[in-house]
Amino acid sequence: MDFVLFDGKSLRIIEHPIIQFPIKREVTFTFEGKKLKGYEGEPIVAALYANGIKVLRYSPKDHRPRGLFCAVGNCSSCLMEVNGEPNVRVCVEELKECMVIKRQVGKGTFRGGESSCKVQK
Amino acid sequence: MQSTEIAIIGGGPAGMCAAQAAAEQGARVTLIDRGKQLGGQLVKQTHRFFGSEYEYAGIRGIHIANILEDAVRKLDNIEIKIDSTVLAIYGDGVITIEEGENYKKLTSKKTIISTGASEKMLVFTNNDLPGVYGAGAVQTLMNEHGVIPGENVLMIGAGNIGLIVSYQLIQAGVKVAAVIEAAPQFGGYHVHAAKIKRIGVPILTSHTIKEAIGKEFVEGAVICRLDANWKQIAGTEKKLDVDVICLAVGLSPLVELLWHAGCQMKYVPQPGGYVALRDRDLQTTVPGIYIAGDASGVEEASSAMIEGKIAGLSAAEALGYNKNASHMKAKYMEEINILRAGNVGKKVREGLKMLAV
Repeated sequence: MDFVLFDGKSLRIIEHPIIQFPIKREVTFTFEGKKLKGYEGEPIVAALYANGIKVLRYSPKDHRPRGLFCAVGNCSSCLMEVNGEPNVRVCVEELKECMVIKRQVGKGTFRGGESSCKVQK
Repeated sequence: MQSTEIAIIGGGPAGMCAAQAAAEQGARVTLIDRGKQLGGQLVKQTHRFFGSEYEYAGIRGIHIANILEDAVRKLDNIEIKIDSTVLAIYGDGVITIEEGENYKKLTSKKTIISTGASEKMLVFTNNDLPGVYGAGAVQTLMNEHGVIPGENVLMIGAGNIGLIVSYQLIQAGVKVAAVIEAAPQFGGYHVHAAKIKRIGVPILTSHTIKEAIGKEFVEGAVICRLDANWKQIAGTEKKLDVDVICLAVGLSPLVELLWHAGCQMKYVPQPGGYVALRDRDLQTTVPGIYIAGDASGVEEASSAMIEGKIAGLSAAEALGYNKNASHMKAKYMEEINILRAGNVGKKVREGLKMLAV
């Protein structure tokens, strides 16, 4: 049987017996201030996972860690702060160059339009 | 304000089949989906389908999505809105939509709601930890986006979804430590169970999960045996070193819009929770609002496709478009009865009996 290889470091599937994953353009974004790479147009959460990041936010009351649960925009488990906007469902929001992504704590904070490509004041 | 004759909410197998069936009778259709592409959950189903040859048995779900989308795109009386989330259906018939980043309004003469279903949760300690997923989420992440959820999986539920997703995980290079099932026997087809058994994955029946272990993320799981009354047996606990716990314990219809529209709803366990009462045409108790697919009660994709056709034809017929709608409807009703016949369809038939008006 054909097993798929993945490179051990990343969680990305390199080869698959049935599916071909088209190669997309690489973009740079920041997570908690750290520069990371992902593919343009993939869900933000896919890029975070590929970089080993699975804790996406902390719940408002008990500060419990929250991760991906439904992956299709139903459940609100994956809300994060994206470009200064809280409550973004990163399972369906597409990754773009220069995005600023932060773990949301509680209900999050509105910070206005952030970008990792501009000089921040 | 835009207007259409038939608005269809949800562009999965049911919605696409409804759109095609209604448009082929001559009706003007608007097909609305919140995703970036049509296809619903078909776009992550890499396995070959069972069911009826008329609904593409033997073909992989991902390819069925393409076939249905091509048919819909060929008809120029279908307008397609993707990246469009329906927010509400108001009493005066106005449908509000978040289309991209714009707020739009639409009126329709008839509306078909084919919004699908969502995964059910299970109660156990630490079930909210990152690393606990619905089986559909695992499929989306790995089959659509090419990223695996982790390295070692505990699958909960040995129905078809649990068995198929286990095999798909193995195809993607992920280890499946075990598939556990609370019932004394697995619920899925033998062919799916045999595939993973051959690879050496144990299917443990009369077992459940007691707790997930981990602080920030799943680092393990404790499972235990159940007795004949589904009670946990003390002393049978076993710890598994897994980093993924995947729930395949059933689905519930996504019925928010049906509640909102004022359809009479009823809790019926067989179709998966609250569902709308409906007549033979799949019309709800609110005139002009129809249902199809998992939103009408959780079933297979093949029945979703046939229900879509029946709802699409019914709506078109009610608007006076009837090239051969009545004839086709009778044919599809016969076809769906065949799909729901026998032992496999018993649960579906019991559920439907409680929902007819």
